[in-house]
Parts: sequence; C-alpha cells; structure tokens
Amino acid sequence: MQYAKPTTAAEAARLLSAASGVTRVLAGGTDVLVQLKAGMVEPDLIVDIKHIPGIRTLQAEAGGFRIGAAVSGAELGEHAALCAAWPGVTEGAQLIGSKQVQGRCSMVGNLCNASPAGDAVPGLVAANATVRVEGPNGTRDVAVHAIPASPGKTTLQKGEIITSIFLPARAPRSSDAYLRFIPRSEMDIAVASAGVNLTLDAAGTITAARVALGAVAPTVLLVDACAKAIIGTKLDATALAALEKAASAACKPIDDKRGTIEFRTKVAGVLARRAAVIAYGRAGGKL
Amino acid sequence: MKTIQVATTINGDAVEFVCAPDEPLLDVLRNRLGLTGAKEGCGTGDCGACTVTLDGRMVCSCLVLGVEVEGAKITTIEGMATGNQLHPLQQAFLDHAALQCGICTPGILVAAKTLLDRNPNPTDTELRYWLAGNLCRCTGYDKIIAAVQDAAQKMRTA
Amino acid sequence: MMDTLETKRKFRQVGTRPIRPDGIDKVKGRALYGADVTAPGMLVGRILRSPHAHAEIVAIDTSAAEALSGVKAVVTGRDLVAQKDDFFRDIQENCLATTKALYDGHAVAAVAAVDASTARAALKLIKVTYKQLPHVTDVDAAMTPGAPIVQGGRALETVPKGMSANVTNQVEFGHGNLDAGFKQADLVVSRSFTTAAAHQGYIEPHACLAQMNADGKADLWCCTQGHYFVRTTCALLLGMEASQLRVTASEIGGGFGGKTVVFIEPVALALSRKAGRPVKIVMTRDEVFKATGPTVVTSMDVRIGMKKDGRITAGEAILRYSGGAFPTGTVEMGASAAFAAYDLAAVHTLGWNVLTNRPKEAAYRAPGAPQAIYAVESVIDELCQKLNLDPLDTRLKNAARKGTLSSYGPTFDDIGLVATLEAAKKHPHYKAPLGKNQGRGLSAGFWFNFGGNTSVSMTINTDGTVSVAEGNPDIGGSRASISLMAAEELGIPYDKVRTIIADTASLGYNENTDGSRVTFAVGMATIHAARAAIAKMCARAAAIWGIDPEAVEWVDGAAVPAGPNAGKFPPMTLAEIAAVANNTGGPIAGHEEFTADGAGVSFGVHLCDVEVDPETGYTTVLRYTVFQDAGKAVHPAYVEGQMQGGAVQGIGWALNEEYIYGADGRLQNAGFLDYRVPVASDLPNIDTVILEIPNPGHPYGVRGVGETPIVPPLAALSNAVSHAIGLRMSSLPMSPPRILAALSHKG
Repeated sequence: MQYAKPTTAAEAARLLSAASGVTRVLAGGTDVLVQLKAGMVEPDLIVDIKHIPGIRTLQAEAGGFRIGAAVSGAELGEHAALCAAWPGVTEGAQLIGSKQVQGRCSMVGNLCNASPAGDAVPGLVAANATVRVEGPNGTRDVAVHAIPASPGKTTLQKGEIITSIFLPARAPRSSDAYLRFIPRSEMDIAVASAGVNLTLDAAGTITAARVALGAVAPTVLLVDACAKAIIGTKLDATALAALEKAASAACKPIDDKRGTIEFRTKVAGVLARRAAVIAYGRAGGKL
Repeated sequence: MKTIQVATTINGDAVEFVCAPDEPLLDVLRNRLGLTGAKEGCGTGDCGACTVTLDGRMVCSCLVLGVEVEGAKITTIEGMATGNQLHPLQQAFLDHAALQCGICTPGILVAAKTLLDRNPNPTDTELRYWLAGNLCRCTGYDKIIAAVQDAAQKMRTA
Repeated sequence: MMDTLETKRKFRQVGTRPIRPDGIDKVKGRALYGADVTAPGMLVGRILRSPHAHAEIVAIDTSAAEALSGVKAVVTGRDLVAQKDDFFRDIQENCLATTKALYDGHAVAAVAAVDASTARAALKLIKVTYKQLPHVTDVDAAMTPGAPIVQGGRALETVPKGMSANVTNQVEFGHGNLDAGFKQADLVVSRSFTTAAAHQGYIEPHACLAQMNADGKADLWCCTQGHYFVRTTCALLLGMEASQLRVTASEIGGGFGGKTVVFIEPVALALSRKAGRPVKIVMTRDEVFKATGPTVVTSMDVRIGMKKDGRITAGEAILRYSGGAFPTGTVEMGASAAFAAYDLAAVHTLGWNVLTNRPKEAAYRAPGAPQAIYAVESVIDELCQKLNLDPLDTRLKNAARKGTLSSYGPTFDDIGLVATLEAAKKHPHYKAPLGKNQGRGLSAGFWFNFGGNTSVSMTINTDGTVSVAEGNPDIGGSRASISLMAAEELGIPYDKVRTIIADTASLGYNENTDGSRVTFAVGMATIHAARAAIAKMCARAAAIWGIDPEAVEWVDGAAVPAGPNAGKFPPMTLAEIAAVANNTGGPIAGHEEFTADGAGVSFGVHLCDVEVDPETGYTTVLRYTVFQDAGKAVHPAYVEGQMQGGAVQGIGWALNEEYIYGADGRLQNAGFLDYRVPVASDLPNIDTVILEIPNPGHPYGVRGVGETPIVPPLAALSNAVSHAIGLRMSSLPMSPPRILAALSHKG
C-alpha cells in the first residue's frame, strides 16, 4: 500500500486517476480505517487530502458558507455563525460517532461513504447544499442529493474528489432541524432519520420547505410530497399529520439487524413531524 | 510494505518513528513506542479505550494512521501526571473507586480532561454525553461521573 | 472447611474505603493487561475461523501458508492432544475444531508470523474444504423432530428417550403437590418468555503471550479469571506436565465470567512449540463476539397460582436453554434459582439444555439465573397487577427466610431477602410520583455464591510490613479487600500490607475468580493465614519473654501476655517481633490451603423507573435503585461498584443487547456498534443501599456480591416497561422495534 499526501486538488486527482488498483481518499479516516480494520478493503493507494489548501477551512461565501471537505464535526459545532444559520445541518454532522470521532469525521466523508443512514446527509439535502467536485476533467458543482448512487457507491467518477460543500445564503425566517432514531442515546447508526428545512413568511406561513429522509431507502430521499404537505400552512395539526403520512408513504426501507420495515416506516414519519416542529420554531414560527 | 518515517511530538517530547502506511496510530504507540496506556478494545472507534488527543482534539488513535501525525502534537495517558504528581482527575478516580478492571480508565481520563479543559463546570448530562464514546462495562458509569465532577470542582477552586 | 461468624467483632479496617493497591498504575496507563507485554523474537499469532454455521471439515491444506515468507508455524486441531474426558474434549474442539465447524467463528487453524500483515496474508492461504451442513440457531427449533443435529450422542441419561438429539440434559427441582397448589389459587397466570444471548462485553479482548521451549518448559502470560484452570487445561491439550507450564495472570480488563475459559492459550502454546519462538495472540473484537462465550439463549414457560391475599400457592417453570454447540449445565442453575426467593408449598422446575450452532456458552455473572428469575418475577408482577396487590408486600408475604426449605433443596440459614425488601419498601424511590408514559418495575434476585479451593500465602517482613500472595485475578478491586482483611486480622494499618496475584508456580491451586467467591473465600484464607502468622508471632514473643506460648494473645497488632498470671511484659508489636524474627527462629509467614465452604446466598431487590416514547418505542431509564445484602461490605465502594455495574449490564440486556443471527446462521452484529452495551448517556445515577445480614459461614460475615446484581434488572425493566405502555412484555431485549410492534398490535 502507498500513502500520498498531495498539496493540490489537481495532484490528488492525478494520483487517483493514474492508480490502477483499489484507492481510498482519506480525510478524517473514521470510515476508511474501520474498513481497513475489518479487512473489507485492502487499498493499493490512500490519498490523504488534508494537505490541500482550503480543505480544512470554513468561510463565508456569497452570504452562505463554504466548508472544506476535511473540516471536522467538532469544528463545525464550534462555528457559531454556521450553527445559527444551519442548526439542522450542524446537529446532523455532530451526531456522527462519538466525541472522539467528531474530532476527525467530516460531512464530505459521511456523504462519500454513501450509507443511506449517514447523519450529515439528510440535513445537507434538505438544505439544498452543493459540493465542489474536482477531477481530471476540471471542477464542477453538484447537488449533494446527486452524490449517493446506492449503498456504498457514489456518482463520482474515477479521479474525482469533493473538495468542499457550499451552504447557500438564507432567506429571512428560515431554519432547519435534523432528528434521527437510534436505540441508545449515542454511538449508533440511524435506524431512520429526517432533515427538514423551512422558510416562513412574516405571518408564519411556510413558503418553502425541503424534507429529506435517511435510512429508509437505498439513498437519502428528498420527499416533495412532504414539502407540499406543509407549504402554505402554519404547521397546524392537519399539516403535521399530512407530513407524517407523506413521509411514511415515501419510505422504501429494508428489514435488517437495526430495524424492521414497519418500524422504519412509522418512525420516519414521526421524526419528520418532530423535526418540522423544531425547524418551524427555529425559523420564528409559533405553534 | 515499505515503512515511512514520521516526526511528531508526544507528551511534549519530540519523537521519530517509522511505520507502515496502513498502520494505525494506536499500533504505533503500543507496538513501536512502548506507550501501552492506550488500549485496543475494538479497533473501530466504538469503545474509546484508545483515546488520545491530536493537536488538542480528542480522537480514537485506532482511527488515525501513524503517517498522518507528521508534525502533530499528541498527548496520551502517559502524559497526564507530572512525574509522581497525579492529575486531579487521576486522584479523583482513585478516591472514588471509579475504576474496577481499569482497561477503559486511560481513555476515559483523557476524554474527561479534554472536556474539563474546555468546560470546567459541565452538568452531569453534558459529561455523560461527552463520555458516551468511552465504554465502561464494569462500573455502570456512576462513580466515573462522581469522580470527574469532584475533580472538576477541585480544579475550579484550585 | 467452614468458619463461624464472630458476632461481636468491632471492625477497624474492614468497611473503610482505602485506595486500591493497583490504582496508580491503572490511572497512569502503566498497568499491564493481556496485550501489553512483548518478548524478544515474538511472533504474531492469528486464528482462521469458520465462515459457516455448521460444516464438516473435509480437509485443511496449510502448505501455501507454510510456504509464505515470514510464516513460522501453522497449527490445526491435530496439533492438540485429543482429550478423552468430555469436558476437556469440548474445550479442545472449541479451541481448534478437528472434524466439524459448529458455529460461525469456530476456530479451525492458526498461524504465527513475523508480523500481523504476514499472519493475515497466511490465513488467506490456508485452504479449508468444508461440506456445509444444515444449521439451527433457535433453541425451540433445535428441540423439534427433524432439526439439524449439532452433535449426536451427547445426551446424558437424564434425558428421556424420544427427545431431539440436541437435548443434552434434563434437570428437575421442587417439592409439594403442584396440582393441589394450583387448585387453591384464586388466579393462575401462565406466560411464555424468551431471552436473547448476551455477551459479557468486557472491553479487553482475550490476549496471551506464550513461550514454549524445546525442553517442554513453557511460560504463559494471559488475561484470565483463573490461571490455574488455564494451566490445567493447557497442560492437557499440549500433553505437558503441570509443573512445566507456569502461567502468570495479567491485569484483566473485565471478564464477568467470560474469562473463566480457555480459547487462545493452547493455540499460542502450540504455535510457540512449533516455531521455537514466543507467540502473542490478541483477539479482534469481532472474534470476541463470534467465538467467545455469550450467555445461553432461552425459551421459558412459567405458571404461578396466587390467592387474593397475595399468597403464592404453586409455581412451575419449564426452561429450555441453549449454551451453543457444546453441552452446558447452566440450565441447572436456572432451574435451581428460579423460585429461590420464595417460601413455597408447591414448586416444580424442569429444564433442558439444547445444542444449537452458536458459540460455546461461557459463564456470565450468575449464569442461568437472570433468565429464569426474569420469567418468574414477571409473572408475579402480572399477578399483583391483576389482583391489585402491592408488589413489595406480596413478595414480603412469600419471602424465603431462615428455615425456609428452598425450591432447590437446601434449607436457608440467615438470609437477607426480607431486610432487603423492607429497605426497598421504605425507600423514597418506591413512593415517588410517576408521569405520563412512565412506569415503575421491581424485581427480587438471588444467587448461590461459591467458596471453593483456595490458597493464600502471607509473609511478615522484617520491617513490619506484610506481603500477601493470592491466586485469584483481581477483577474489581479484590486486592484492596484482601489487604483490608489481612490488616484487620493482624491489627496493622492497611498501607502496611501489599497483596499480589501469584503465578501458578508460586502458590497452591486456586479456583477461578468466579461464583462471587474471591472476597469470601480468599478473604477467609487470608484470615486463616494471618492467624497462622499470629500464632508464630505469639510464640516468638513467648520465647523472648520466657513464658508459655499459650499464655500469649494477639491484641491490636501486638503480642501481649494473656492475663495477669502470664507475667508482666510490655506488648510486642508485629513490627517489633518481625524486626528480630531472623534471630528468634527465622522468617515468619502464614499460609492456608483449603476448600472454603459456607458461602452465604445473596439476595437483591432492584427498583426501576422508565419512560417509553409511545411513538418510537424508545425507553429511557429515569431512576434506578439497588438494594442488596452484602453480609459484610469489606470495601463498600467496590461493593457499590458491583451493584451498579451488574445493574447496568442487566439494563443493557433488558433493553438492547442481543446476538442476532441471519438465516445463514452467521452472526450479524459482531461489534460494539450493533451489539449495544449501555453508554454513559443512556443511564441515570445508580443508587445503592447495602444491607449487612452477616453470613454465618464467614468470620466477618462476608457474602459474595458480584453476581446477584445482574439478576433483578431483566424483570425490573420488563415490569417497568410493561406498566409504562400498558402491555405485558415477555421477550428480551425490549428493543424499540419490539416495543413499537407490541404497541401497534395493541392498536
């Protein structure tokens, strides 16, 4: 196995493109090293991207935020402005693993691991975040939602890496929330999850909404029917019931060791409803 | 596999070592540097027994490659006491019988110190969530929480 | 040998909370556990394991692995000595299978290589030809006609003809007329229960370092609850004499029963013998889950009859336990313990052990008791609910006392159940208000406790200090307790005593650190050793004073003349006698080698409040209080620690911990991510109330305390959840999907 630490994205892309065997991109390593330990993968090349300029910085851009691909969960949680603007995104990212894992794990890593249960992803999809992809054919910006292809697989091409995430500027009276269900209070993989991102008008009516569900389908679902159920409402009981129903209806989960189809379907609806209530309150709405 | 030379700082001392490119920092500490205070309970970041700090952040050393720590500052349990002078957390763990088998203790002490360095007055709930990544199978955590709070109180008034 | 209680003793050291002797090493990260030592020229050993739940091993070709550069030895089951005795043959087959792989993770071969990556590569080069066989992992399925036979010909004579060949033994206990008892009842409740297999979950994986020379002499370092048992077993499996194998117990990173067994040590020795170099084996976490001992998995039926006033008229339990692919007697302990808390006129328990394609069961804290008592205490709770009776008063009404003929045969001496129930009843927790979706549960629990074969050696050093050598790995502070008892008996300060764990060549035989025996049995041996040393010190003083040794007694750490007729001499302290020992007859020491009888049984009562989220099935434990009889708490902080730790293990078992097998018979959750032990944020403080009803069989009244605390939580949690959701739960763990499914079927 070879270990490389390129100092530009172009160099990283070159290394990955040229590699003939199995490659892994290393940011926080909290997934890659688990795969190594389990013998799931024996890479021929590991490309450590943390020495690429900007990859570990978090800065304001165009009224929003550009977050380097290797910014850790702990660093996100310490960024007051980001947490104020995108509390749902940051609380999702901070639910990945333990406080120890938070010292290293990144949202991009969570996204590229391509698990339908990744805690950072529903919040980013609900936020309509984009990622900057750099590769042999240059640079492109892609919606987060378009990155996961299936469990463990992304739509990235050979040689491509994600260098940053962009969270757009916020309209007034906007906020978001993320909830997941796990059997313990910490240290678990989501059995079902929901990210809700809302914008209200001055009267408290929802004018825009995005609802994303995790761990209930092969990839994170962006559920338009959930958004439709609450747009134009003040999140009254009827709207919440419709939201819950739409969320459960959208689920296409599996039975596995972590949960049943029945459980995931029901709980995803509950979480969507509860997350919507939190996001609505954060956006200034009063129930 | 060809080894790579790494220069780093551990508990304030400059240290150089060689390691394989896929070798976790935990293995480097334990097998190459004789620092066996960090323990491997799982190797997958689920138990916290291998907790160290890396540039001031708490990490599972089983989830860091040795080659990644070039130029970094690492602290381990071996660096917590000053010679024979125990850190207040170490003393509190003894006073409160906060360990039974003791295998999780190094990781929990490093984690608790990292918290108290940031938040000298945590609530029990904050403390319990902070330590959620450190499994202890013996104590039920009760005496660990009491010991950390006692140490925190002593450190605040010291 | 059984001692009598010194009822009038005033304790000076026992009952205090000094710092443990091994404490500083442990908080500094310096204590040496199983994986923490190395030896010059050491090789890395790794084990190849079956990927199949059940398969015939047709052939093993190790030639490619042996040819790999850096590989120094490869062993298979043929490298161990075939055992005739069933008990040791099962261990041998579990260490390295010879003809059949009996579960996912069963060891089939091992390598020793210069480094871990070479060893890993070598494992891939070992070619095992398997013939897959049908498998069974469910205990009820394994009892049905036509079920795959895990091992044939293993049934004991107790098993009736016509049962599945997977049934290996049948046990029965009880007395009285069951039919008449049920006829007297105003209400009879029958219910079936299941519990999942749980793992001990010690944080330290099994680890050992073996060094075996060509002359047959060997040294072994390992984390174990009993290095004498390791020696016995390894000597047999390697064909060695016991004297040639010295086993040293490392510090142990948790065991809870799971390290009373042998897995990797004979393999490491066999590799070392072949390679001529030291070999270290450290299990990975997934190996620990796949191939080391979980508990039995159970299916149980319980029927109890009760009068309207709460008097139990009859109790019956039928237990089906599976301890995996090898026979185990754990069901006997379950069948004995099931109704032990109650004074019953009519009681009957019947149990079977059943083979399944699961790993060989290892003891886990009160093995067999938590499951059976969970079922019994759940039914009692249901009866109280339906008859509108107070669950504590009802248990008090039926509680076993001194003189009660127990359900498993013996008649109880002084026991602490009534005092423990009364302490719970008057505790503020019992009457504290509950909110919406909240419920309170309680359960009594019982464990036998054990004594057993024990050796202790004590040396009086010439500087007035005392060295104690015992042979039981210290799993939770026992060196502190042993030092306290030595100091107490000798009348010297605690810090003048240091207790160490001797290796197998340095001290007589000791049974495992199990059965909650160490503070009781090793403590008693220590007291005896101290008395032997005291007798010698009194004799030395007598010689110095020129009086009869019988005229000297030991008071507060010094020899004094016994009464005015003995003569007038100032007291000679231990330090003064020790200082001149080498001129007055030589070194002074005391020792004891004995079988400790008289372990007093122990009872506990747990109170638990939970809140269940009715939309997700998530259970939050709000409040938890443990009441337990310790006989005499030698080091109360470590007694509390046992009570808290056992309770939390039980909470984990009740709520989330389980072995999950797929249809392919393979374990799906072999890691701490999906085998969910409780984390700090899952729990409230665990409050403790220690009762001290002295054990008549120990000079200080000590009872074992380590195992009882894991017994009540299963039913305490189940009863609390059942009250919170208004539905009786009867299957563990009560994971959120199970609770939500129960609620949705309720409608």
